[in-house]
Amino acid sequence: MSTDSRVVSPYPWAPGFYPGDRPEIVTSRFQYEDGHTLERYLATGGYEGLRSALGKSPSDVHEVVRNSTLLGRGGAGFPAGVKWGFTPQGVWPRYLVVNGDESEPGTYKDRLLMECDPHQLIEGSLIASYAAGLSQCFLYIRGEMALAHERVAQALNDAYAAGYIGKNILGTDFSIDIVLHWGAGAYVVGEETALIESLEGERGMPRLKPPFFPAAVGLYGMPTIVNNVETLSNLPFIAREGSEAYTAIGTETSPGTRMIAVSGHVSRPGVYEIVNGSTTFRDLIYGDDFARGIRDGNELKAFVPGGGSAPWFLPDQLDIPFEGPAAGAAGSMLGSGAVMVMDSTTDIPAAALTLVKFYAHESCGKCVPCREGGTWLYRIVERIVAGHGTDADLETIFEVGQTICPGEMPHASSERLGLDAVPFPYKMTTICFVGPSAYAPIHSALTLFPEEFDALVAKRAERRAIPVTAEVPA
Amino acid sequence: MSRLSDHNVILAKEIIARYPKKKSALIPLVHLSQEQNGYVTEDAMRHIAEMIEVTSAEVYGTASFYEMFRFEPTGKYLINVCGTLSCALMGGDALMHHAERTLGIKAGATTDDGLITLQHAECQAACTEAPTLQVNYRHRYRVTPESFDQLVDDLRSGALDAEIPAHGTLGRNRQQIPADRAVGAQHPDDVTGGPAWIEVSPA
Repeated sequence: MSTDSRVVSPYPWAPGFYPGDRPEIVTSRFQYEDGHTLERYLATGGYEGLRSALGKSPSDVHEVVRNSTLLGRGGAGFPAGVKWGFTPQGVWPRYLVVNGDESEPGTYKDRLLMECDPHQLIEGSLIASYAAGLSQCFLYIRGEMALAHERVAQALNDAYAAGYIGKNILGTDFSIDIVLHWGAGAYVVGEETALIESLEGERGMPRLKPPFFPAAVGLYGMPTIVNNVETLSNLPFIAREGSEAYTAIGTETSPGTRMIAVSGHVSRPGVYEIVNGSTTFRDLIYGDDFARGIRDGNELKAFVPGGGSAPWFLPDQLDIPFEGPAAGAAGSMLGSGAVMVMDSTTDIPAAALTLVKFYAHESCGKCVPCREGGTWLYRIVERIVAGHGTDADLETIFEVGQTICPGEMPHASSERLGLDAVPFPYKMTTICFVGPSAYAPIHSALTLFPEEFDALVAKRAERRAIPVTAEVPA
Repeated sequence: MSRLSDHNVILAKEIIARYPKKKSALIPLVHLSQEQNGYVTEDAMRHIAEMIEVTSAEVYGTASFYEMFRFEPTGKYLINVCGTLSCALMGGDALMHHAERTLGIKAGATTDDGLITLQHAECQAACTEAPTLQVNYRHRYRVTPESFDQLVDDLRSGALDAEIPAHGTLGRNRQQIPADRAVGAQHPDDVTGGPAWIEVSPA
């Protein structure tokens, strides 16, 4: 194995984190080894946002969040303040479910937020609960994150003892429990309705929506707000500094910052808090402040712009701004903030196989196109990569894909192949995105690098053409 | 004896009381039983079913959906090697081969001494530090053949006992809600009005 030329983060307690000369909203305490403790949190402005929020009426706090245009950071990018407003009038109890089930391939941010600054998440959850009039909060952490559990459990215990959670918080009428809940390993539970099923003690299978979104009919059939960890972690800043301070950062349609993990074949793979609208993919992959180019001076071959579910981009797309609409028009999405970079040494069919395998494995089995189609795709691609594929297999991939995503599948443009982009999104025959996610990577790989699949198939045909000899060698 | 111990029954009751509906405690209680026994036993599932008032088939039905629950004896240490894209790009496969050779077992198996179970795993949310593995869900970053061998030596010698508890133990601490601060579970049948701090418009 060659020596590892990649840069190592100066903060061993926050692996992959590199600060920059940029505003920090959610990562401001990552530089402290004790950033997860109540002492450090209080010494650095902690719980001041809550204090300030409790000095206002809940509807005023809601208004501040609405004016901040804080967009959900879980992948869909829906404004949080608007989501809270969807709860039906006069129906109680209402619940808050914190989605800490981060498991999209390539995504690495919520785990750091829970490990390095759990009080920020707790404070954000309290502010949301106050503003939206929520009765109880459940903090659902992915089961495989043992350290995040320990850090959040300790932070909750300390915050209860200090009077920030529970009855009559900071001497006001505001009272709420936050219950730490842990998952047990299932990617699909990151989908909000599957998360609710799981929290009810069921198998984590998504519910059909519409007609009922969780804000109307959620946990135990009651109005439920499901927010991502990073989304809630922005609230202490917004409550403390006000919505104008927040909208001063980033763009009008997408204010604030975002955490982006850049991984794969880059010199400095890392988790970066970027200002929305300030970077292109080229900046993220090649910029000195970010991933500093391809490792060992290699050439870029392709990259996944928004987590394992996203259609792939080529070097042709490097100058696209890192913004949802731009990525969508170019044939992909930003998803959960994860860029995975592949250099010229990458075996594209094998790389696609890892993702197809992931989604096939993670299908919950509720929708037939995903359960059967995803597994079928996995078997075909596995066969091709093993050198046993045929031309018919390549066609079958597109046929199976049509049963999951009928119509044109989004993909990037390729100057080399003379392909025009097909913009995002796709049509889908499944309830959630797991099914299309099994198809997207293999569709991209096969569309953008057909020659690599053809070569594998041709090799098999060549092997088969050798006549079997009837004579036994002497 | 694989029903929940008396001590764990007390903990289980505390956990159940936090939720508006008992069945919500299903996954946490199956974790608790796995912590006690190292894997999920039939007796434990029956016991949990009694406690949350569902059938044992429902407990098994839910538990078997989730990857972390194991229904057969498992090594004291469960090593999960990530094979998803970012790790695969940085040598995750080679790491798995090395692990299989070093431990003398194939992925999915347990060493003869019952110490280590090796498994393929999927994205562990540490993609910048690829290739990664987890030992009982504690991360190890940028793992090389050398650091893997060192890890196995340390697990065998007990040098990591303080950091890595036996398989099944999720955290070395637990959430504790002090009785004098607790608001209590908000059951949909009991709570019909808005909370005290919010102005309630007449429905």
